Amino acid sequence: MELFRIKKDIPFMSYGRLTTSISLVTFILAIFFLFGRGLNYGVDFTGGTVMEVHYPTTANIENIRKVIDAEGIKDVTVQNFGSSQDVLIRLPVKKELSIAQLSEKISHALKSADAGAEVRRVESVGSQVGEELYENGGLALLLVCAGIMAYLALRFEWRFAVAAIIANMHDVIIILGFFAFFQWEFNLTVLAAILAVLGYSVNESVVVFDRVRENFKKMRKASAVQVIDNAITRTMSRTIITHMMTQTMVCSMLFFGGETLHNFSLALTIGILFGIYSSVLVACPIAMWLGVSRANLIGDTEKKSKEDEAAIAP
Amino acid sequence: MNRYPLWKYVLIGAVIVIGLLYTIPNFFGESPAVQISPAKTSLKVDQSLLQKVEDTLKLANIQFDGLYMDASGVKARFANTDTQLQAKDKLVASLGKDYTVALNLLPQTPVWLQSIGAKPMYLGLDLRGGVHFLLQVDMKAALDKAAESTLGDFRTSLRKEKINYYGIERQGQQVVVKFESETEATKARNLLAKDFSDLTYKIGGSDKEINLTASMGAMSQKRIQDFALKQNLQTLHNRINELGVAEPIVQQQGVDRIVVQLPGVQDTAKAKEILGRTATLEIRMVDEEKSDMATLQKAQNGQVPFGDEMYFDRDGRPVLVKKNVVLTGDRITDAGPGINGQNGASVVNVTLDGRGAGIFKNVTRENVGKRMAILLIEKSSTEVVTAPVINEEIGGGRVQISGMANAQEATDISLLLRAGALAAPMEIIEERTVGPSMGEENIKRGVHSTLWGFAAIAVMMVIYYLVFGSVSVMALGVNLLLLVAVLSMLQATLTLPGLAAIALALGMAIDANVLINERIREELRNGNTPQASIHAGYDRAFDTILDSNVTTLIAGLALFMFGTGPIKGFAVVHVLGIMTSMFSAVLVSRAIVNLLYGYRRKIEHLRIG
Repeated sequence: MELFRIKKDIPFMSYGRLTTSISLVTFILAIFFLFGRGLNYGVDFTGGTVMEVHYPTTANIENIRKVIDAEGIKDVTVQNFGSSQDVLIRLPVKKELSIAQLSEKISHALKSADAGAEVRRVESVGSQVGEELYENGGLALLLVCAGIMAYLALRFEWRFAVAAIIANMHDVIIILGFFAFFQWEFNLTVLAAILAVLGYSVNESVVVFDRVRENFKKMRKASAVQVIDNAITRTMSRTIITHMMTQTMVCSMLFFGGETLHNFSLALTIGILFGIYSSVLVACPIAMWLGVSRANLIGDTEKKSKEDEAAIAP
Repeated sequence: MNRYPLWKYVLIGAVIVIGLLYTIPNFFGESPAVQISPAKTSLKVDQSLLQKVEDTLKLANIQFDGLYMDASGVKARFANTDTQLQAKDKLVASLGKDYTVALNLLPQTPVWLQSIGAKPMYLGLDLRGGVHFLLQVDMKAALDKAAESTLGDFRTSLRKEKINYYGIERQGQQVVVKFESETEATKARNLLAKDFSDLTYKIGGSDKEINLTASMGAMSQKRIQDFALKQNLQTLHNRINELGVAEPIVQQQGVDRIVVQLPGVQDTAKAKEILGRTATLEIRMVDEEKSDMATLQKAQNGQVPFGDEMYFDRDGRPVLVKKNVVLTGDRITDAGPGINGQNGASVVNVTLDGRGAGIFKNVTRENVGKRMAILLIEKSSTEVVTAPVINEEIGGGRVQISGMANAQEATDISLLLRAGALAAPMEIIEERTVGPSMGEENIKRGVHSTLWGFAAIAVMMVIYYLVFGSVSVMALGVNLLLLVAVLSMLQATLTLPGLAAIALALGMAIDANVLINERIREELRNGNTPQASIHAGYDRAFDTILDSNVTTLIAGLALFMFGTGPIKGFAVVHVLGIMTSMFSAVLVSRAIVNLLYGYRRKIEHLRIG
């Protein structure tokens, strides 16, 4: 079976202005939501306490609120979680009570109100830990960008590095924009997903760039635009099949992974979908406008092809 | 051209066999067990303990499936949890409080696999249930305390040398001594600099008031902080032992934090109580007049003489001590094992701060020949750590406690002296509790995601690429096998995000095979022969695979460096997954393709869809 048998190169670069404009609009929208609504940070980042309580029968949310209120603890959100028997309780950091005391107090109160209450999970994070995680997350993001740029600049050329990083940061911002728009909870696992996406979607650009470099070597008479169009067309089948496979795995996590992996897989899904688009239709036009040409790749490629031959020879 | 030399096939085969061996333990499951370990460092795990456990179980007529001994203690496994609980109760009764008896789950790995070190993956708390605490040590308090004790030492030294000063105070972590003249100040500096060489001194101030400021250098600050952290670690270790947890983790994290993980613990209230408990040391005099056998006997029956209290020492002998407290433990600045220079016996060297030394000097002068008891007081119990005889008046704050049976006991007692109390207050800044049913559910979720995802990918690959798709699926299977094997070998902590990383690694690893297969198709389309197409497909795709994996690796390493807890777990698996996928997607799939096609003389058609 073969889904993509394309005879002629698709003139992707002629749509460059259109595709990058679409990107720009989504990007600006994402930024708008990110600053307008802000991210709904989980306790990992804000500090505070989350408790998951399981009841043998349908949980009475109103009652639970009353019980906690009677303890004199304010700003509590109580909501159903997954099923009607499971309840999620969120509490902010309290000055007067240590996080250890807080969770203990509540679980005691809940158990004395209803003996069947089973505290299945408690996560309490002090505010200083939250701040650190926030900083570390930012640092990790920067380090990944710097590392990837350095590698691409070394392996290809600075124009590719810049184009790839712009395309991928655009993915990251769009994922964040989605999380801000829908107010999905942004926690540590989502951050991990975003960093994984960053690495993954650079793959995409690398595959196309590799082909671009190879084409410059082979298609001596073609223009840069023709070279890039050909590279995208030739790798399109692989791009779609690969993403379909990865997305299948992510969907499996979305369906079977439960609440903990839910937002993680959502972030990956958005990342993968926009990753295809941006690495092909954003990274390539940018690289083209930055002026990639045979001249600035050829020295590198000549040397490399000799090495390759030497490596294959024995 | 599509033939590997024999050694390559052998290498790949060997790697797969090793992978299989180390993956197998994950399928055997676990059986309930009881783990017996000594509560004190002076007690050894030896044959007699093993014998004792065996006798106890046989006497109580409890069936056990296995009984063996390793470095950490004696372990006995049982058929079900009922017998496990029975056995625990019997063992607690017969072994007493010198040993910790904890419930545990032991992998049912066959002995021959255990002997090559094959173990199932090490599950994190979110998969097995338990409590995780992150404790922050208040280092400022530790430094303040150190400065406070330096202040006392200064006072003693200056008085002894009769140097006049009119004020001494602690400002933050500095000690400031005030003098009327510069000459006195200089004299004081010379004296103090000799006695306390790890401080830096500065003379300043106006004409009327000369200030001598002593501050701790970075080195001594670091030493004090290290000491405080180590002492707190040791204290926590001792306390957690009494909780009876099978595999507790008490670890330093960063410079001022301690991670405590208690797998399987459900009673978080008790755990918090024990972690937050404040223990104190007290030095009191033994009531020698009333320490005859008859009085002691009576005291044990509840008739304690007036003004005394009765406690037991570590060997269970009763000791009558006076209620009056001579010194408290916060006067002890250090304690360590040592050797007596004259007779070579093991001793414990204790250093007291300035005020402690003064009090100690007076008390020892008046009580030569009597015993002095050092008590460790905790919420639940008070214990006499040691009760040495005072041989002579002791000044200067350096005390040597002799009468240690051996070096081990000396180490043990100095630890207790040091670790009985916390060096600095601690606060719980992070708590994560996962119930056992939640843990099992998380495992199920992770495993289901991986398996269903794998199955779906396999079906799609085979339909789309036929024979080459099957080869890719086989390579992906080897990838999963190797990843699980490496994780089992390294005993890296597997968390739910880690399980997600396994799934994601598979989803991403297939990229390499898609690249290769697409490349082969393209070469065929360009009119190359099947053999040449296979060759070119693998060779051309390799560069791209390498490049794309390096970028993913960079992301993984950044996650590992900056991530904590669950994120670190994700990063470890992510990075390892990339490495195993390089091996399986390129070498393993090529080897299979070579075996399929490389030895045929003529291929009409490649079944690649």
